[in-house]
Amino acid sequence: MAAKTLDRRWIFLFLFIGVALPLIFVIGLPIETTENVRAVYQMVEDTPAGSTVLISFDYDPASKPELHPMGRALLQHCFEKDLKVIITALWPMGVMMANDILDDLQPSYPNKVYGQDYVNMGFKAGGMVTIQAMGKHFKGIYTTDSNGTPVENIPMMKHIDNFENIAFVISLSAGAPGVKEWVQVAGDTYGRQVSSGVTGVSVSSVMPYVNEQKQLTGLLAGLKGAAEYEYLIGHPGTATSGMDAQSLAHLIIIIFIIIGNITYWRNKKKQKKEV
Amino acid sequence: MTHFFNVFGIWLGAAFTFAIFSFLYKDNPFYKVAEQIFVGLSAGYWFIYTIFNILIPNLFLPLSTDFAANWIKLIPAFLGVLMLMRLVPNAEWMSRYPIALLIGTTSGLAFLRYLKSDVINQITATMINPFVGNNWVTVVGQILLVVGTITGVIYFYFSKKHEGAFGVSAKIGIYFLMVSFGAAFGYTAMARVSLLIGRLQFLLGDWLGIISP
Repeated sequence: MAAKTLDRRWIFLFLFIGVALPLIFVIGLPIETTENVRAVYQMVEDTPAGSTVLISFDYDPASKPELHPMGRALLQHCFEKDLKVIITALWPMGVMMANDILDDLQPSYPNKVYGQDYVNMGFKAGGMVTIQAMGKHFKGIYTTDSNGTPVENIPMMKHIDNFENIAFVISLSAGAPGVKEWVQVAGDTYGRQVSSGVTGVSVSSVMPYVNEQKQLTGLLAGLKGAAEYEYLIGHPGTATSGMDAQSLAHLIIIIFIIIGNITYWRNKKKQKKEV
Repeated sequence: MTHFFNVFGIWLGAAFTFAIFSFLYKDNPFYKVAEQIFVGLSAGYWFIYTIFNILIPNLFLPLSTDFAANWIKLIPAFLGVLMLMRLVPNAEWMSRYPIALLIGTTSGLAFLRYLKSDVINQITATMINPFVGNNWVTVVGQILLVVGTITGVIYFYFSKKHEGAFGVSAKIGIYFLMVSFGAAFGYTAMARVSLLIGRLQFLLGDWLGIISP
């Protein structure tokens, strides 16, 4: 006798409905913050106003739903703490991702001036080698910003020579080059505080860096991490609104796993009886 | 005009999203068209991006503005040209030299970094007194970290037969590996659902305007 199977398209349909409905009819499930997200938040909080920090947008549109809300929340937090932000990207499309967020945030932070409070230095090819060179001579790597303005004409870049002049580095990473390279060079070689926001797929490979050695200071893990950060800074965004859908989708997946296992065991039992 | 192109872009995005989603029902021409356009666009985009954002600012511009200070850039440019020789069947062998240089340099750089970050620092991070902590949750976590690391490494030691106390340790190591695979699967499921949420936020927000984007 053939084993009972469920057409997988039913699962897709259930998931589609399960994700769409909570986006339309918001439930507002509570968001609990985790230690790793609080560590990133605290790192930004503890950095003195006026310090220069570096955020690297190491992702492209394929990872936008998870990493974009993190980038947005982190920039909002840095702006509110009066930190000067150097934006760069080890992925070509990262520059556009950053610009998209900056364009969005500009009306909310009209007093933030490009070149004085933040600057987009653009994409740099080379990954680990580029970060290594940044540690020696920052301006040797970044001769212009992403608009082509010479680095000498950018006020906030005047005192930046190497990682010594940067309070911390955050990599929003969807793979390689990304957080690993920043940890290995900026963190472990030059001793800078490094933190990161990563896609859900990468969490299990990046999590070991959050350890006693503080190779990473906290970690924002996927959409949940972004939602937690939005909660901590008090600016709910797309990650927060997606959390109801995420929880319901997980519930549906768990139910299907249980149904699948029960059906598997029942079929196995039947087959044994028939033999 | 800008508004028209914004709206047109959103409709195009929605159409392509549905074309890709249609594969979940079954393979069909709409999916195939969307897939081929995506591959073609990506290749074209990368080609142009490489010229305008890598070659021009890092090579052509420095050479044309101040040749004396930047002539050394001719060496990587020459190696780059050699790499392209892969496309010429008779001169394919030339590409081996830049590849050899690339592999050698990358290995040398990566070896040191990985040794420090992924070996020494990782091992040091497990050399802790697991019984010291602010609360029992931390202590249990630290004990699991130490036990999991040791038994996990034992599982991958194949020069001794897995039997007796050694076998039990290896077995415990497998359970820790299973838990890590489960966690990785859970995070992967979460990531995939997040992508679906992102697409639906676009469809319901930007396209239909049912929810605020």
